[in-house]
Amino acid sequence: MTTTAAAKPTTPYALTTEVHDGIAVVTFDLPNESVNKLDATVAREFGEMLDQLERDESIRGAVLISGKADTFIAGADINEFLKFTSPTVAERMSREGQLMFDRLETLRVPVVAAIHGACLGGGLEIALACRYRIVTDHPKTVLALPEVQLGVIPGFGGTQRLPRLVGLRNALDMILTGKNTRAKKAWQMGLADELVHPAILRDVAVRRARELADGTRKRASRKSGGAAGALLEDNPAGRAIVFSQARKETLKKTKGHYPAPLAALRAVEYGYRFDRDRGLEEEARLFGEMAVTDVSKQLVFLFFATTSLKKDPGVDAPAPEPAPIDKIGILGAGFMGAGIASVAVQQGTVVRLKDAQHERVGKGLAAVREVVKERLTRKQITRQQFDDMLTLVGGTIDYSGFGNADLVIEAVFEDLAVKHAVLREVEQVVPDRTIFASNTSTIPITRIAQASARPENVIGMHFFSPVHKMPLLEVIVTPATSKETTVTTIAYGRKLGKTVIVVNDGPGFYANRILSPYINEAGKLLDQGAPIESIDRALANFGFPVGPITLVDEVGIDVAGKAGAIMAEAFGERMAPSASLQKVVEAGRTGRKGKKGFYQYDEKGKKGKVDESIYDLLPTGRQRSPMDDEEIVRRTVLAMVNEAARTLEDGIIRTPRDGDIGAVFGIGFPPFRGGPFRYMDSRGIESIVRDLEELNDRFPPRFQPAQILLDMARKKERFYPEGRIV
Amino acid sequence: MATYANGRRVALVAGVRTPFAKAGTLLKSMSAIELGKIAVSELLQRTNLDGTEVQALTFGTVVPSVVAPNIAREVSLIPQLPKGVEAFTVGRACASANQAITDAADQIQLGHYDVVIAGGAESLSNVPILHSRGMSEVLVAASRAKSLAQRLGIFAKLRPKDFVPIAPAIAEPTTGETMGQSAEKMAKLNAIPREEQDQFALRSHRLAAAGLADGRLAAEIAPVYVPPKYQTTATTDNGVRTDSTYEALAGLKPVFDRQYGSVTAGNASPLTDGAAAMLLMSEERATALGYEPIGYIRSYAYAALDPGEQLLQAPVLAAPVALKRAGLTLKDMDLVEMHEAFAAQVLSNLKGFESKTWAERAGFSRPVGEVDRAKLNVMGGSISIGHPFGATGARITTTLCNELRRRGGQFGLMTVCAAGGMGFAMVVERR
Repeated sequence: MTTTAAAKPTTPYALTTEVHDGIAVVTFDLPNESVNKLDATVAREFGEMLDQLERDESIRGAVLISGKADTFIAGADINEFLKFTSPTVAERMSREGQLMFDRLETLRVPVVAAIHGACLGGGLEIALACRYRIVTDHPKTVLALPEVQLGVIPGFGGTQRLPRLVGLRNALDMILTGKNTRAKKAWQMGLADELVHPAILRDVAVRRARELADGTRKRASRKSGGAAGALLEDNPAGRAIVFSQARKETLKKTKGHYPAPLAALRAVEYGYRFDRDRGLEEEARLFGEMAVTDVSKQLVFLFFATTSLKKDPGVDAPAPEPAPIDKIGILGAGFMGAGIASVAVQQGTVVRLKDAQHERVGKGLAAVREVVKERLTRKQITRQQFDDMLTLVGGTIDYSGFGNADLVIEAVFEDLAVKHAVLREVEQVVPDRTIFASNTSTIPITRIAQASARPENVIGMHFFSPVHKMPLLEVIVTPATSKETTVTTIAYGRKLGKTVIVVNDGPGFYANRILSPYINEAGKLLDQGAPIESIDRALANFGFPVGPITLVDEVGIDVAGKAGAIMAEAFGERMAPSASLQKVVEAGRTGRKGKKGFYQYDEKGKKGKVDESIYDLLPTGRQRSPMDDEEIVRRTVLAMVNEAARTLEDGIIRTPRDGDIGAVFGIGFPPFRGGPFRYMDSRGIESIVRDLEELNDRFPPRFQPAQILLDMARKKERFYPEGRIV
Repeated sequence: MATYANGRRVALVAGVRTPFAKAGTLLKSMSAIELGKIAVSELLQRTNLDGTEVQALTFGTVVPSVVAPNIAREVSLIPQLPKGVEAFTVGRACASANQAITDAADQIQLGHYDVVIAGGAESLSNVPILHSRGMSEVLVAASRAKSLAQRLGIFAKLRPKDFVPIAPAIAEPTTGETMGQSAEKMAKLNAIPREEQDQFALRSHRLAAAGLADGRLAAEIAPVYVPPKYQTTATTDNGVRTDSTYEALAGLKPVFDRQYGSVTAGNASPLTDGAAAMLLMSEERATALGYEPIGYIRSYAYAALDPGEQLLQAPVLAAPVALKRAGLTLKDMDLVEMHEAFAAQVLSNLKGFESKTWAERAGFSRPVGEVDRAKLNVMGGSISIGHPFGATGARITTTLCNELRRRGGQFGLMTVCAAGGMGFAMVVERR
């Protein structure tokens, strides 16, 4: 092979071009960033690069490759979203991008995308505009169009190019959900032309670019779906069926709260009904429309909030370095203990899982296996990784193996005396440095720490159930908790993949504290004779994953009753439980786990209709009077957000950001509403206070507005002042 | 006075084993590799040792897996250990774990390593069943065939007898004699009456049952939660009979010689599944890491004789050499642990210890001496506890050290007989 003199890099910023023997290799390596992102500067440089490829006659083909270890291109820089002050601005940006990618697609020379690592959003849309795509056979290589997760739609031609490349149903599956597609799957569906080992990616890409330039290789159409797929997708009538099904499916999932997936669907459909060019125009128009929706703004906020939380040390400066956690001890192999073990082993932590009897330990191990097995079944891990994860957890009924635990998490029975006993016992066997974390959901950590000889090592780690699915971790610090303990616990929580908020100690901490008045209010609606299904439907429509009564059945009526009593004890009349819940607790119903609750459950625990017989236990009996959704939502949601304001006032949470993240990720507060504080801001504090006062007149004193709200209303303040992102 | 090679004394820091379960029972669903992984994981857990301290791992097994013959490497690949922990598998029949332990000790004494895990595992519920020679030849030839027709032609050569599988037998390849036949022969040659054998077996069960009941033996056992459902937990050796009586044992029929025989299923060790592992360190490293070892290796010796003679009598040749290397005599021993393949073999070995003829064969003028029965196998042995071939040596070493500590003794002798006419002896010291 002859080598001509390498051309000088055009601009010294993110893209460098080297030309060997007529093939330009363009390397994207955004300086000072861990991943490649697309922004206005990169776009400008990208344009210049296309100019060069167009002009330079010595170049016959090109390869686009990333200089980052695990990312091809992660998509658009989310800061660009903040520039979308009007639909027109966003639409214009989309059009500009589309035109550039059109240029890439029809460039004089063929461009091959050499993809290793995450290829997301705008990154995938670039790849789609390339003449040929090669992906590496590597777990880090994933392809996705996650735009809908930020409330927008692909805006650089993704809605038009993807369905034409991989078929309508494959494309809709990606575009409407934003889900990841692994390299092998991408190759199987024809999204990638080749699947190669990372070590040969560059060489193969260069060879293919040359062959495409020489005309010795044509892209083979590898659209998957078979004959049946073609019958369905290759004619207007078949496509109409696909579109109608997709719309139905999307509405079912979004309950009408998220407009972006429907807009994306419309853009795809438009391109088929007319042509690609008009599809692109529609895509840009809809992108502009979506970019300024309230939903998108809230989802973008959540993204920024999560990102800023990841960088938050959680303690006042100077923050010490977190200590490594290589081995943890877990006390209690029940649902929570096993759940924590199941996420710990996935991060390579050695786990010692203790319970009182072998039978309970065995059940815990079975639960760990079930979680890990699901990952194997979904091919997210290999058989070897599966075996390794199970080998990392060792069961025991004594304290052997705790002698080198860096962290002990207790998940024993919610009883202070039991917690004190295990704390005293375990402190005898662990080194002085070992952190003791309680997974209690109700007992103040300060009280647990009273039994400790080293209260500076005691902290709360409140995981949510089921641990492997719920993204939130509340880390609860007491005045005695050391900074070292706090930063180490936070770092480990993040390693487990959790979004961590640091809260101060107090009954119910944050999440359960704001949940309590909400559940109580739902109970009081029952006391007044509201039908169970009306309450659940109203709040599901508001955007909660399930209504409050279903939630009580899920977490356990006994558990909810116990937590309610603790909260009532701590906060008095404001948190007094409803008569209805108390009656049902007394009757011994436990909800789904006991297959007897507010709803009916079959043998497998599958939920059925409301169990009408439960009304016999309630104050107004089977006599139910309809209640309108607005009243239900107003009372329950205001009870919750008012309490959230109090937690900020009391210093339980540090910022509204933590409160919003905690509510969205911990208890399913509707993400498209941004969280309790964002919700109050968007409704206006004055309006919230007005509603609370009106309710408080009717139901004193539980709707007494939080002082902070009264003050803010007077001063016309917001939790997030205009112009502040998080 | 013993000298330690290179001036480095080897510490036996700790030992852990799985329960020993009769083949085809509690642990039948688990391979030897899985059992070995559990023993090693649990050893690391119980010693609170960070896996990065470990430098090598050696394991013994007698019936290796055909697909993963280097069991030590498979076991060493548990995630708790760095991938850089090198590992090798050893084979010395029933003394395989002893071989692993002495190889580990040698490496430590040489100064190559400071921290090594040694042990063994066996699953006699999962022995490889082989194809017949005829079948093997056909399969190999077929894999080389170039066309379908050629392949079919090769398969056509198969005869019905080729389909009969071969299970591995516990027989000597040279003599064709099974282990049981050898024990039977030894009972006759050494004039060991049936009654003595049954009494010895009874003693084994009673002592093991006592050790399990009072927790001494139980402390060495890590429970195995049996996957995938983990509904059963194996916590104890299931071959030990608390209700065994002499009459019941005496009522059993001889297996290997129905007319004149004395060896029965009751006075022989059963086929067993299980694994055992020990943590070995240089004394220096053990001290630096703050461990209080359960014992130290003082000396050891291997010996062999003609397998066609008395297959399981070689411990008699090994013991005096180990004692000599230790600079000690039998009288100095506070405990003696002798592997119980068969009661007839133990009693033959003990007779051999007292015999001038056997002493001379070993190159000594005086016999080893008479073993005080009160010091012998004080918590039972392989007849009651079970005998997973590859693991037994580590079990015995662990028990000997632990019991020596409990009794405040200083020296202990252990012997293990092995197929091929081999024998092993080791002297441990507590301080």
